[in-house]
Amino acid sequence: MKVRLKVWRQKNAESPGGFETYDTPDLNSNMSFLEMLDVVNEDLAGRGQEPIAFDHDCREGICGTCSLVINGKPHGPHRKVATCQTYMRSFKDGETIVVEPFRAKPFPLIRDLVVDRKSFDRIIQSGGFISVRTGSAPDANSTPVPKIHSDLAMDAAQCIGCGACVAACKNASAMLFVSAKVSHLGLLPQGQPERDRRVMAMVTTMDEEGFGSCTVTGSCEAVCPKAISLDFIARMNRDYGVALIKGEPRRNQASEGGA
Amino acid sequence: MKVITRLWRSSLGKKYLMALSGIALWVFVIGHLLGNLQVFLGPEKINGYAHFLKSQAGLLWGSRLGLLAMVVLHVASAISLSRQNRAARPIDYGAGAPPLAASYASRTMLMSGLIVAFFIVYHLLHYTLIVPAVNLQGVDFATYQRKLADNSETPDVYRMMIVGFRHPAVAASYVIAVGLLCLHLSHGLSSMFQSLGITRFSREGRDCFARGVGLLLFLGYCSIPISILLGFGKEVVK
Ligand code: HEM
Ligand code: SF4
Ligand code: FES
Repeated sequence: MKVRLKVWRQKNAESPGGFETYDTPDLNSNMSFLEMLDVVNEDLAGRGQEPIAFDHDCREGICGTCSLVINGKPHGPHRKVATCQTYMRSFKDGETIVVEPFRAKPFPLIRDLVVDRKSFDRIIQSGGFISVRTGSAPDANSTPVPKIHSDLAMDAAQCIGCGACVAACKNASAMLFVSAKVSHLGLLPQGQPERDRRVMAMVTTMDEEGFGSCTVTGSCEAVCPKAISLDFIARMNRDYGVALIKGEPRRNQASEGGA
Repeated sequence: MKVITRLWRSSLGKKYLMALSGIALWVFVIGHLLGNLQVFLGPEKINGYAHFLKSQAGLLWGSRLGLLAMVVLHVASAISLSRQNRAARPIDYGAGAPPLAASYASRTMLMSGLIVAFFIVYHLLHYTLIVPAVNLQGVDFATYQRKLADNSETPDVYRMMIVGFRHPAVAASYVIAVGLLCLHLSHGLSSMFQSLGITRFSREGRDCFARGVGLLLFLGYCSIPISILLGFGKEVVK
């Protein structure tokens, strides 16, 4: 099969970008979308042209590095699937496919289809540490976790931090990502000591990085390769409200004339 | 104090303010409908109700100021958040698809809200401040008075409603504005649970609730101008 690609090309953040059209060489329909781009790039390089820059790493749907907005949808046509696991058989022979970078102010463009998602790393960093006993491994099951909590925490932990939720959202809101990270630790006993501090810090960093806020359109959930649920956003909203009302822990006031 | 500045500075905080002020406005919208529907019980009922409200100056002005505060809070946080949202997504996609999975109501919340706000101004000029120029009937509603048992005068709200809505353009603007308000609520009432972190009810349940309430309010509000256009109460305009 062959397809026609309309790809966003841009040398760097400063220079203007635009769509370029490429007709691919003959493809195997069982190639992944990224393998298709590899073939196109080899062809471009062979003709002395600059290859298309795109992000990828594991190519098995677990690292969150691949991105791309394919025909207007982050991670391509399927639900619960990342770009690296999208195959050419999902497209028609001769189809024109529009390929664009993730668009969001906190994801500045680096080159072509590659954007800088370090703002996510800064949100994670602001979440900080958890207090656990170090040393020898604890006995199995020494910390009981209710089944429903462990299930929900594992659902939240599925998030691979790809940023598709931000790319899909008309407000470029990162709340699906942040809520997954906040809930993941917030649901487990190991995450309790810093639970309030963590949600406050992560939401504050999220705001400072310039992400928009949730208007419950559901676009994020529809494109998330890991099917993170919108319900986690409600959970984060509640956790944040509780932390806000509780305030920072404070020492007791010293009594008059005391030490 | 710190909590208030923190609320306003944070995106989630503003969402709480929007949700809480939205609930207050929604409760008013229900109460206002129940009051207005008394028009179908005849002039005595609705005029008596209007007279009762007017006679409770404390209650009346308390709720007016409270509502004004809620509108200001709701609109200020809506505009502030919408501006941040727009700034966060400066470039649109070239493929030209509308945002995935997003309902029409959810994409147009600011617009539906702003149009409703303009309508509220018109509505207040029409029936509360009774500015003759906006009723399009060439009459002054201030002259619509009726006598009470002690010979004092009080506004004839029944007659004002009938005459007001007998103009098709006035009735149409009302139906459109109420339609937009209910579109706003069909998303807003579901979104409010999300903003406040209430997950006790399933998402389908919340959406159903929001759409159901939106539809009921729409039917309730529209029943008044439509019945009047179809001739209800025409005996007062002989
Ligand atoms: C009687 C009038 C109104 C009622 C009853 C009402 C009700 C609501 C409710 C219940 C919400 C949900 C809050 C949430 O998302 O947590 C909401 C959201 C919203 N309202 Fe209103 N509203 C009214 C007027 C307005 C006006 C005048 C504006 C104009 C700026 C406005 C703009 C918005 C926006 C932008 C949202 C956020 C939408 C979202 O998060 O998806 N509303 N409203
Ligand atoms: S929530 Fe889903 S779409 Fe967003 S970063 Fe995590 S895996 Fe990607
Ligand atoms: S390349 Fe790792 S998730 Fe796609």
